[in-house]
Amino acid sequence: MTLLEARQVTVRFGGVIAVNRVDIAVNEGEVVSLIGPNGAGKTTLFNAFTGIYRPQEGDLLLFGKSIKGLQPFQIARRGLARTFQNIRLFRDMSALENCLVARQSSRPLRYLEGLLPYAAGRRGQREDLASALAALEFVGLADRRGAKARSLPYGEQRRLEIARALSTGARVLLLDEPAAGMNPQETKELMALIGRIRDTGRTVLLIEHDMRLVMGVSDRVVVLDHGLKIAEGKPQEVRRDPAVIRAYLGRRDDRASTD
Amino acid sequence: MLLAQLLNGLILGTTYALIALGYTMVYGILGLINFAHGEIYMAGAFLGLFLTAGLKLPFLLAFPLATGGAAVLGVIVERVAYRPLRNSPRLSALISAIGVSIFLQNLTLTVAGPATRPFPRPFGIRVLTLPAGLSISSLQLFIISVAVLLMLGLDLLIRRTAIGRAMRATAQDLETARLMGINVDRVIALTFAIGSALGAAAGILIGLYFNSVDPLMGFQPGLKGFVAAVLGGIGNIPGAMLGGLLLGFAEVLGAVYFSQYRDAIAFAILIFILLVRPTGILGSTAQDKV
Repeated sequence: MTLLEARQVTVRFGGVIAVNRVDIAVNEGEVVSLIGPNGAGKTTLFNAFTGIYRPQEGDLLLFGKSIKGLQPFQIARRGLARTFQNIRLFRDMSALENCLVARQSSRPLRYLEGLLPYAAGRRGQREDLASALAALEFVGLADRRGAKARSLPYGEQRRLEIARALSTGARVLLLDEPAAGMNPQETKELMALIGRIRDTGRTVLLIEHDMRLVMGVSDRVVVLDHGLKIAEGKPQEVRRDPAVIRAYLGRRDDRASTD
Repeated sequence: MLLAQLLNGLILGTTYALIALGYTMVYGILGLINFAHGEIYMAGAFLGLFLTAGLKLPFLLAFPLATGGAAVLGVIVERVAYRPLRNSPRLSALISAIGVSIFLQNLTLTVAGPATRPFPRPFGIRVLTLPAGLSISSLQLFIISVAVLLMLGLDLLIRRTAIGRAMRATAQDLETARLMGINVDRVIALTFAIGSALGAAAGILIGLYFNSVDPLMGFQPGLKGFVAAVLGGIGNIPGAMLGGLLLGFAEVLGAVYFSQYRDAIAFAILIFILLVRPTGILGSTAQDKV
């Protein structure tokens, strides 16, 4: 079953076409990587999926329903959560609070529970707390729950972003360069973490430049270049695709090309 | 004499703090100085007056109704005058705020007339004599208690509830908050509602204290609440409370020595703070959003 889909999506900024008639379909339980040189349109596509940009053409679907034109918070509440290329935690909140904030999505109306004295209010709060703690535990940050996000080391901040996205309850995660700035050891742990996220039944679409990670975790790889999808397939196939090699390395007769 | 002045300072200070909270909460989330806030304070006083003197409601019922009415007014102002300009340059929203302020003043002048009106006392006033020659009236005690309770309630709301958490998250990073499923438009509306309710509460309390309500009464306290918010560190909630108290004390103590410069003191403090520590007492030094 296809959980997340872009159909002929085009995003333009003035005269620049950042994403050009791109089709992507991510199936339930898959880990799909989106790769491509800088400026290929990968993050733009993420921003379109999450409602920051509205595509001029095409449609975006989550669980088979169009999410085009919805507000970001509505899309998040439908079950799509993301992390960011540049870490965007709530820096002055604790790790636990970062996860708790993301819990609102599933229970929008029970805002004032903290003020209610007894059972009615507390039960919802307890559930939130339990699931936020479970998310921290899942990424290995349970013992850091009280630490301010800003005080965590870089690699832990990256994992906290994933925990926060998990806390929304989303079944589909978009990870934007999760390994950026990580050392090889941290990247290895991240690969294992992505594998465990898949094992929970969640679906992952990720942008990544670290090819070892891409080759190691992806069921499929989609390659963008200059806003166009130029290749798609199993990691090993994509790696040998001449169009992909050209996009990354250029080619000898590039000077002769008129574009 | 000095102690009596300190008591006055405390009353002024807690009401400035209530006003400053409205400025600082809105600024914390939108980066907007809501210059119509003084008029919300005035509107709250008029609503309170209308409900008690006009409809003869008991004060304890009129007070929550009037602050609630002002909260609705604040939400309407946000919806009509600020939200459409959210992606415009900040100057546009500032001009819009000044426009709202003038509009509300003149609306009240038209509807209620320019006269200064007395505010009916909700209860008989007794003066309690304390040791050390200090005395405090039941009205003073009432005003201070209400203001302090409101501030404690706000603190609880911000720190302990999911909505408070959503407000803090939105203040820290609005774009990320909405991507995590927070309906930021609703959070912003709620922020205006709470800030306006607190400002209106201050208006009612001051109207009661000085037994006077008039359509232009929001101007000076509006500016002073703003000064208090800047003094404490704009965007910082404990800062607004601290700034309000400090300003209240500074004013009454200053007035003991230079009585005719009372209002100048607030603005002298504003200029001093802007020169020496523009982020305010509790504001952090480098909190620019990226």
